[in-house]
Amino acid sequence: MLRVEGLEVTFDGVAALAGVDLEVAGKERLALLGPSGSGKSTLLRAVAGLQPAAAGRVLLAGRDLAGVPPYRRGIGLMLQDGALFPHRDVEGNIAFGLRMAGVPRDAREHRTSELLDLVGLAGRGRRSVATLSGGERQRVALARALAPEPRLLLLDEPLGSLDGPLRERLLQDLAELFDHLRLTVVHVTHDVGEAFSIGDRVAVMREGRVVQHAAPDDLWAHPADAWTARFLGMANVLDEGARRVVVRPEAVRVTPGDAATIVAAERRGPSVLLRVRLDDGEVLEAITTALSPPRPGDRVAVEIDRAGVVELAPDP
Amino acid sequence: MPAVLVAVFFVYPLGAILQRGLWQGGGFDLPLEVLVSESTLRVLWFTVWQAGLSTALTLAAGLPLAWVVARFDFPGRALVRALVLVPFVLPTVVVATAFLALLPERLERGLPAILAAHVFFNVAIVVRVVGARWSQLDPGLWDAAATLGAGPAQRLRAVTLPLLAPALAVSAALAYLFSFTSFGVILILGGPRYATLETEIYSQAARLFDLRAAAALSLLQLAAIGLILAVSSAVERRLGGSVPLLAESDVLRRPRGRERLAVGAVLGLAAAGLGLPPAALVERSLATPDGYGLRFYRALGEETAALLVTPWHAVLNSLVFALAATGIAVCAGGLAAAAIARRPAGGLDALVALPLGASAVMLGFGYLIAFDEPPLDLRSSPWLVPIAQAVIAIPFVVRIVAPALRSIDERLREAAAVLGASPARVWREVDLPLVLRAFAVAAGLAFAISIGEFGATVFLARSDWPTVPVAILRFLGRPGALNAGQAAALSVVLLLTTAAAVLAADRVRIRGAR
Repeated sequence: MLRVEGLEVTFDGVAALAGVDLEVAGKERLALLGPSGSGKSTLLRAVAGLQPAAAGRVLLAGRDLAGVPPYRRGIGLMLQDGALFPHRDVEGNIAFGLRMAGVPRDAREHRTSELLDLVGLAGRGRRSVATLSGGERQRVALARALAPEPRLLLLDEPLGSLDGPLRERLLQDLAELFDHLRLTVVHVTHDVGEAFSIGDRVAVMREGRVVQHAAPDDLWAHPADAWTARFLGMANVLDEGARRVVVRPEAVRVTPGDAATIVAAERRGPSVLLRVRLDDGEVLEAITTALSPPRPGDRVAVEIDRAGVVELAPDP
Repeated sequence: MPAVLVAVFFVYPLGAILQRGLWQGGGFDLPLEVLVSESTLRVLWFTVWQAGLSTALTLAAGLPLAWVVARFDFPGRALVRALVLVPFVLPTVVVATAFLALLPERLERGLPAILAAHVFFNVAIVVRVVGARWSQLDPGLWDAAATLGAGPAQRLRAVTLPLLAPALAVSAALAYLFSFTSFGVILILGGPRYATLETEIYSQAARLFDLRAAAALSLLQLAAIGLILAVSSAVERRLGGSVPLLAESDVLRRPRGRERLAVGAVLGLAAAGLGLPPAALVERSLATPDGYGLRFYRALGEETAALLVTPWHAVLNSLVFALAATGIAVCAGGLAAAAIARRPAGGLDALVALPLGASAVMLGFGYLIAFDEPPLDLRSSPWLVPIAQAVIAIPFVVRIVAPALRSIDERLREAAAVLGASPARVWREVDLPLVLRAFAVAAGLAFAISIGEFGATVFLARSDWPTVPVAILRFLGRPGALNAGQAAALSVVLLLTTAAAVLAADRVRIRGAR
């Protein structure tokens, strides 16, 4: 459906995208994951046509989009904190793309109320967007992007300005909606959990390049390199002779003994995250589900389950 | 296009003044005989100290009102804020005529009248500039100072005033500049005894026809204005600094206890001070020698010895000129604003702001000597009037429209583009609706400035094409109750037109389009 080949974008001579290759199949949901400044938003903007590329191609359904302006690409884009038009009410925002497409008023009104239902804002079409809460704004922004039935939906940190339970709630709603509508989606986020729960596949970006592109389980099982492993939240990157490995925290077992000291113990719901300093100075993270875990200062021993040790490629 | 307009109709006339003042007989010749003469020094000294005194009185009158409007929530607060602005846009001639009507005969011409009129005008600056700052200061700072042992007076001295200092400096500088270059008020209320640089330029050029003296005085004026602007921006820079600012609504509260008395007193005094002059003007326009009536208004349609045409013709001229000037100012100012909003660091910003720094009288005088010979012989064209008015109004248009354009979030344009809006459609669907209000406000202000413009127009208006302010001046220059009454009646007409334009512009709202 979407194919990106060798895409390069530079800002004042600095490469923001340094040759990105990416493929998204029809009805697939791709999460574009990376720290800020990794180029994921730039990639999204280049696909939408808002950012001219220095080199490379963007193909949508086999057609090269070079020279096609953003308003003729038929791509939906939803931005962080919505970018709603302040001079139009909720309906006016949702119907904007339909008006641009010349959809007659009746059909427009029908589609708008359909979308209001879909995003859970039925009956609030005449509200001014200034009176909406953060979550409602995002729902309107989503409805606005969906209204013209884009072939591809791009979301740039759609939950970036929300937090806590509201964020969880909207994340769930988004995932259900994508399932229900069977959309082709590229979802940009810096949050690992969000990427894993939205994406059929996850592309990890670093410094303008895609470093790994895989399904969430494969990504977790085989992070490509130490940087990716750390970025996904695996802190135990070790050197074993000439090899570099990552040890999953659930593979580090803490037993009674006298070879290491507990540095910190932090309960996270059902599990407890332990930080253990081995007597040779190495610090490991371990996960336990024990109801009375060891306390900081306790002396323990550490066993490593070899099934949880993954060999890494050397950092580029 | 705006740059060319400002260059031809602002820079070129000023150049003509420079040339006329500094060159004589084919060589450079500093006009010392004018610059250091006793009468020039006397005029300069009066200009300097009356402006200083006007500024001090304006601050004294404006600060209590700024405090009340910025700190307290009371019924009619929005109305008070709007009404305080009205005097600022009133034509100088109208204000001067109003004070003639208000003050007893003994006081009606002279220093007290001049100072009162300047305060009446400029109080709006203090209320708006200082009030805006004041209303955004975090009240937590007062609470913190109080818990640290500062009493009310100490809090004012140690917390409030230092934080307000930049706003105080800005509004004082503006009030000083406006009082320094005040023309209509001095010309009408000053009588023969009081002259400022501005009125002296006018009388040298228009009454004594000593163009070289007028040019020399203009140079002095230009230097003085430059000095004022330089000092004020230096002070502003030194005082500037970031202060935690809040949204206004966080701070407003109802007055309590003794505050109610203070707030009531301030509002009552403000109502009297700002309301009495216009009320007296209306009264004077209706008070015919044989009881109240509309005789002065009816006489506006008749021939008069004061003018070559009937006063109603002057009203019509004023409307046409002001509409033309508004059109030019909004188009040129809008284009300049669009260019500035895109590239803020350009020289265009400075160029279109230039007319702010010069006085209207100088502009009119410059036109007089610049456009009376080829290549640009426009002296006999009535269209010089709206062009001058537009040049004066352009900086205000730019100041209002450019920030509005700049404040449009680029992502709104991108969102519209992705939803299928072509660049032209983006401008129509996003930019235009969002700046429409700013354009309306700018147009209203440009209209008010143009229709009340006096300093430049008095040089340029042909006697068979007078504008209302010029007609008022002619009536005031003649004896008798009928002339005084017609001046008042014309002033009321001008006042109502100005107020209507500004209020109408303020009512333009973005329709909730779907």
